[in-house]
Amino acid sequence: MINASLKELSAALAGKQLSSVELTTLFLDRIGKLNPALNAFITLDAEKSLSMAREADHRLARGEGGPLTGIPVAHKDIFCAEGWLTTCGSKMLSNFVSPYDATVIERFKAAGTVTLGKTNMDEFAMGSSNETSFYGPVRNPWDTAAVPGGSSGGSAAAVSARLTPAATGTDTGGSIRQPAALCGLTGLKPTYGVVSRYGMIAFASSLDQAGPMAKSAEDCALLLNAMAGFDARDSTSLERPTEDYTREINAHGSTRDGDKPLAGLRIGLPKEFFAEGLSADVAQAVEDAIAAYRKLGAITVDISLPNMKLSVPAYYVIAPAEASSNLSRFDGVRYGWRAPQYGDLTDMYCKSRAQGFGAEVKRRILIGTYVLSHGYYDAYYLQAQRIRRLIAQDFVAAFRQCDLIMGPTSPSVAFDLGDKAGDPVQMYLSDIYTIAVNLAGLPGMSIPCGTGARGRPVGLQIIGDYFGEARMLNAAHQYQLATDWHRRAPAL
Amino acid sequence: MGFANWEIVIGLETHAQLNTASKIFSGASTAFGAAPNTQACAVDIALPGVLPVLNRGAVERAIRFGLAVGGKIAPRSIFARKNYFYPDLPKGYQISQFELPVVSGGGLAIRVSSGDTASEKYVHLTRAHLEEDAGKSLHEDFHGKSGIDLNRAGTPLLEIVSEPDMRSAEEAVAYAKALHALVRWIDICDGNMQEGSFRCDANVSVRRKGSDVLGTRREIKNLNSFRFLQQAIDYEARWQIETLEDGGRIHQATVLFDPATGQTRAMRSKEEAHDYRYFPDPDLLPLEIPAAWIEKVKAGMPELPEAMKARFERDCGLSAYDAGTLTASRETAAFFEKTLALAGAANAKACANWIMGELAARLNREEKDIAEAPVNPSQLAGLVARIADGTISGKIAKEVFDALWNGQGKDADSVIEAKGLRQISDTGALEKIIDEVLAANPKSVEEFRAGKEKAFNALVGQAMKATRGKGNPQQVNELLRKKLGA
Repeated sequence: MINASLKELSAALAGKQLSSVELTTLFLDRIGKLNPALNAFITLDAEKSLSMAREADHRLARGEGGPLTGIPVAHKDIFCAEGWLTTCGSKMLSNFVSPYDATVIERFKAAGTVTLGKTNMDEFAMGSSNETSFYGPVRNPWDTAAVPGGSSGGSAAAVSARLTPAATGTDTGGSIRQPAALCGLTGLKPTYGVVSRYGMIAFASSLDQAGPMAKSAEDCALLLNAMAGFDARDSTSLERPTEDYTREINAHGSTRDGDKPLAGLRIGLPKEFFAEGLSADVAQAVEDAIAAYRKLGAITVDISLPNMKLSVPAYYVIAPAEASSNLSRFDGVRYGWRAPQYGDLTDMYCKSRAQGFGAEVKRRILIGTYVLSHGYYDAYYLQAQRIRRLIAQDFVAAFRQCDLIMGPTSPSVAFDLGDKAGDPVQMYLSDIYTIAVNLAGLPGMSIPCGTGARGRPVGLQIIGDYFGEARMLNAAHQYQLATDWHRRAPAL
Repeated sequence: MGFANWEIVIGLETHAQLNTASKIFSGASTAFGAAPNTQACAVDIALPGVLPVLNRGAVERAIRFGLAVGGKIAPRSIFARKNYFYPDLPKGYQISQFELPVVSGGGLAIRVSSGDTASEKYVHLTRAHLEEDAGKSLHEDFHGKSGIDLNRAGTPLLEIVSEPDMRSAEEAVAYAKALHALVRWIDICDGNMQEGSFRCDANVSVRRKGSDVLGTRREIKNLNSFRFLQQAIDYEARWQIETLEDGGRIHQATVLFDPATGQTRAMRSKEEAHDYRYFPDPDLLPLEIPAAWIEKVKAGMPELPEAMKARFERDCGLSAYDAGTLTASRETAAFFEKTLALAGAANAKACANWIMGELAARLNREEKDIAEAPVNPSQLAGLVARIADGTISGKIAKEVFDALWNGQGKDADSVIEAKGLRQISDTGALEKIIDEVLAANPKSVEEFRAGKEKAFNALVGQAMKATRGKGNPQQVNELLRKKLGA
């Protein structure tokens, strides 16, 4: 049951072989047993979860269930959920019980899913290893010496350890794809604007995008169906016709050849993705995956994204700039952490923020404040925005030559806890292949494609053109029909 | 002291609160006076995760303003974040417009009267941009703590920035009044200064006459009455001139005006000024205003005061002064137009005089708005008509007006009838009265005959008194002269 796909779970629930309460209890028990070693969850509330499960069972009994009704889903603690502690991995919000639901939460509630708990994450989504969480690091279920990646590390570890059938994540510079890769999952960051950001605690508003994390592309497609859609409360949400992201999942290629379901698919391989800095084990697994794609009928095209090398520096100007402003609301005045003792107003601000934020968050607030300062704005912020446009243009040019772009998600398999914690630049470079996608606003996903050093998973990154989610899911699903990497689970 | 050697240079930044029902980026009500924090929703208190959504009604009002001042309405403008910490600023930034404002350029004509002379002047506008208001800090009654009321947070404002075109406090006040009238005229702001719906910051500098270099300015913040505006600028300009004449220097600063002392004092210097770290708000798309939207707003615009003033001068033969006074507010103009329509174009000047004279004085005395005037346009038109056709004299008309004001009659005719105020134009009746007056005042007659013109006036007075004011003054005059053989 813990390895079942969402489709299988849905069928079992609809066929009354299983109730949502039973399913929820199963996962809660498993969490009780395994989570202490993994630390994937910040908040669990069995009573709330079971009450949602009972409600789902009523809906199912009335025959009003949808494809996700009764299925437990864990939510990254970045989403405001009414009545739930919503910490964003920070001491700053360690006392914040949200009075409202994020749009994503609202939509999952409407679909009838059961909230299994709130998952651990890097503080305010700033990190690539889940080591910056106020609630302690999350362990990688494949090897508890290793990090799960970040910032959606709790969600990734929870799905990977089969503590939940599915989870939500958010991705500002790779925070869904990189932990998905490091934990052997399928994770998808949609085109910017496809999923509402309302109620998702902002890190870098122009880059943040929520998406599903699950065992397979097919599961992700079902989850995305529930998450996506226009929301008038988010001005950057895109008003487009509703899509069924599963619609193309079984579509066959132009030759309609059963053995070559991806015939005609042009896969672009950016030379910059296979250059210095990529570890050999990851390179090998990715090349094997590309070979598998060729067998499925796809052709590969060598492409170039010449400005990609500038993506990390541009990102580390734009994201901190936005963050420095987004995080100003955490001032100890209305909610959240306030220093127990302070003198005047300025002292209250300084102490509350000094105590409430961790080192990485402070570092980014300082960088962001600096790059927006008078006299530096043009040289840093405007310049970074120019680079951002160049990077987006690179992708536009690339997609004239290919349908999807593929490459590694992360330059290495999961590293050990503490390995990069003292070296921010090394940590930032672990997102080198994912960041450009956020800067361009494109959809990207990571699927498991092998194992590398010490048996740790490797992720294949698939980048689509704007609104190319269905096509990406089709390519991912066809690969998953032909391979079993996505079925492998860590031994726990 | 040689104030005459100095020129004062003033520019104003005015915050006009837009009269939308809900806030600029949230659905919460903007109504004034509710219990603290009862009109602050999740967006206004800046809960984690909330996002702003622009109120199109605020944009429409900005477009209306742009059209009214002849400014350029940007097809694309940008909302930016102005970052600073203050407890009544929940997000830690104010959403405003910085590099690309919604309106740029334009201007408005002002009339400044000093003594007996009135002069016209055109004040250019730099820009007008949309932004949100902050909340309020309440520094009393909380046992040593400060309270925060976020009801006002997110209220839409149009910040209107003038060029430094004004040269005296009087000009600045005239501009502020013209702007105040305009925003009310085009119905984008209720103009309530006590509630803070319309408030000004004044940038003041001085320079030696003949210089074309601007002096260092100081900005006087938050002036919420025309009187304070006048006092603050007068004080500030005098202080700057005295400082410079004493060999001192002016340092750029933000100052506050204290109405109790009538003085300005520095709040913070340029060195202490905030670096607001403006950058485009990534939560909001650029504001796009297609030409079709502007056309639609234009179609719904009322006739503007300048156009109406020109029409009154042209069609009603009114002086520029009269036409300007009548178009000082939309309500006054509407009152005049209604009165005129009933009294007829030939009586335009009389209608204008009554509205600017007796009616305005009474309203002023009783602190009433013209909209609540007890005498309505139809009553006033009836009164003017009775003066015009000689039924009553101008003097008696005031009595009739009083009666109407006090509700003693439904129109002028019924008051005239009830009180028997009809003018005596019957020559026979008047002659009889005049004969009696002459007989009773032999001394005055004597004096008049001796060449004292003043004595004639005394006799007219006596005659009018004898008619209890109802005598036709012109006829009384003529008959008296005839009888005296003059």
